[in-house]
Amino acid sequence: MSASRPHADQRSESPEPLIDSHAHFYHAGAGRADWREVNAARFRAGERMGITYHVASVLGSYGFASPTYFPSPADVTLGNDAMLAILAAEPERARMYVVVNPNDTEHALAEIQRCVQGGAIGVKLLASRRADDPLLDPIAERAGEHGLPVLHHIWQHRRREWPSQEISDGADLARLARRHPRTSFILAHLGGGGDWAHTLPAVADVPNVYPDLSGSGVDRGMLDLALAGLGPARLLWGCDLTMETGLAKLRALAVLGLSADDLAAIRWRNAVRLFPAGSFPRCEAGCRRAQPPAASGR
Amino acid sequence: MTIDVAAYIGPYPFRHVPHPEPEALRRVLAREGLEGAWVGHLPSAFHRDPGPGNAELIAALAPHAPALRPVPVIRPDWPQWTRALRAARDAGAPAIRAYPTHWGMGPHDRAMQELVLAAGELGMAVVLTVRFEDLRQRHSLDVAGDLSAAAVRALARAGTRVRLVVTGAGREMIEEVHWGLTDDERARVYWDFAWVWGPPEDHLAKLFRSIGAQRFVYGTHWPLRLTQNPRANLDLLPDDVRDARLASASDICEAAR
Repeated sequence: MSASRPHADQRSESPEPLIDSHAHFYHAGAGRADWREVNAARFRAGERMGITYHVASVLGSYGFASPTYFPSPADVTLGNDAMLAILAAEPERARMYVVVNPNDTEHALAEIQRCVQGGAIGVKLLASRRADDPLLDPIAERAGEHGLPVLHHIWQHRRREWPSQEISDGADLARLARRHPRTSFILAHLGGGGDWAHTLPAVADVPNVYPDLSGSGVDRGMLDLALAGLGPARLLWGCDLTMETGLAKLRALAVLGLSADDLAAIRWRNAVRLFPAGSFPRCEAGCRRAQPPAASGR
Repeated sequence: MTIDVAAYIGPYPFRHVPHPEPEALRRVLAREGLEGAWVGHLPSAFHRDPGPGNAELIAALAPHAPALRPVPVIRPDWPQWTRALRAARDAGAPAIRAYPTHWGMGPHDRAMQELVLAAGELGMAVVLTVRFEDLRQRHSLDVAGDLSAAAVRALARAGTRVRLVVTGAGREMIEEVHWGLTDDERARVYWDFAWVWGPPEDHLAKLFRSIGAQRFVYGTHWPLRLTQNPRANLDLLPDDVRDARLASASDICEAAR
């Protein structure tokens, strides 16, 4: 045991399943030598946190051969191939979003078809086109036909253009979602930068938009406002690039006074409901992890 | 014994924060297994004259001594600041806070150097804040900008008795400062890791391996941020650094004497 560390009661460490609805993996074409270690670290931390499934995408070459948020068709395919390989290697822990760039409609629709056959259970849209652009309509339509939720990268309250992306906010995504009421949209990383207090009312009246709680932001008040504004049936738990903030939010949710059912909804049941049936057999069978994540006692 | 060296009371000017009162802080600290906190007065960071806010802070924390210790703001370009510094020491402050970017002071501002030297002579650390909020969500009036690595390096070099606690820095800034200082100068700087990323990038683990956990202290940034975050970061460390020992608030105080 180490000195200078707190001894807290970790009420979030639940035997309930846990689905990370927003994860990413890397690959040899991503331009970083440590890609294997980063992927392994996600699984390592996931085991400790009790993550049952990582629903993940690979964002092209992550800027190595084409921009992360504007991936070329070749990089889209390269990244999806890498994610399909991870899916094959980790069938018990990984699930896949197929990444598409809506500027090439034919390629995007073909990738959805190809990757769904390979096991993808959702569509990932970056920031290659604003969320309310008509070019997203055929993708949203196709996703709805397959019953695939669309995870859309979002900036919480876009007040100006930001470099390297054509960024959307909650109001933009709400317009797309209203045009496609049969399709579920996951609004990415409520804690991922920008003004989350703007996003929540922007999507409150659009019932097919589901914010995920991921992102490095851990502002006090964010979870309270999300629960008050949307309710637990509209929220998905996730990590994105920072898993410690995901764990902190889990622990914060555990002390907010939610019922066990509401907590389970955010942890995994909402995801089971949104994704195609059979996507999460270890959850759907009522599976419980063999070992709850150990409270470290520090 | 773990002390949160980066807590505040009081409202934040750019968004609502729930219940920023000392009573709520005490409850949160107990829940999180923390024995106490060094507490700043959040609105004073944005006041021209920090004096009234310091008085309010000390009065508000008095019923909560010794668990909550005041960390007043001392502004070194304000008349009578040396008197205010001694008053802070006499009020039991283990450290003081300074916000040079909010006061329009550059990285090599002479007044800031005088402040850290004077605080060091009195055995007090100086708490510096890199940021309160993510750059991407700041109010259009919140234009002070982040504290720079150059400013921290300049203050760390100011004198042998200087002790700095830098809160809210990320990995890049910490590395830039640390490797830009001599061994003696590095020993004058402590960091909290509230804004340092954990897995899968494992920035905190990399920092523990490279510069050592002994340069880090526990800070939550309550009431702005979830108190659970630093502990979650520690709980997700890889096995090789999982038992690394952090510095403590008392280590800082010892070093400052």
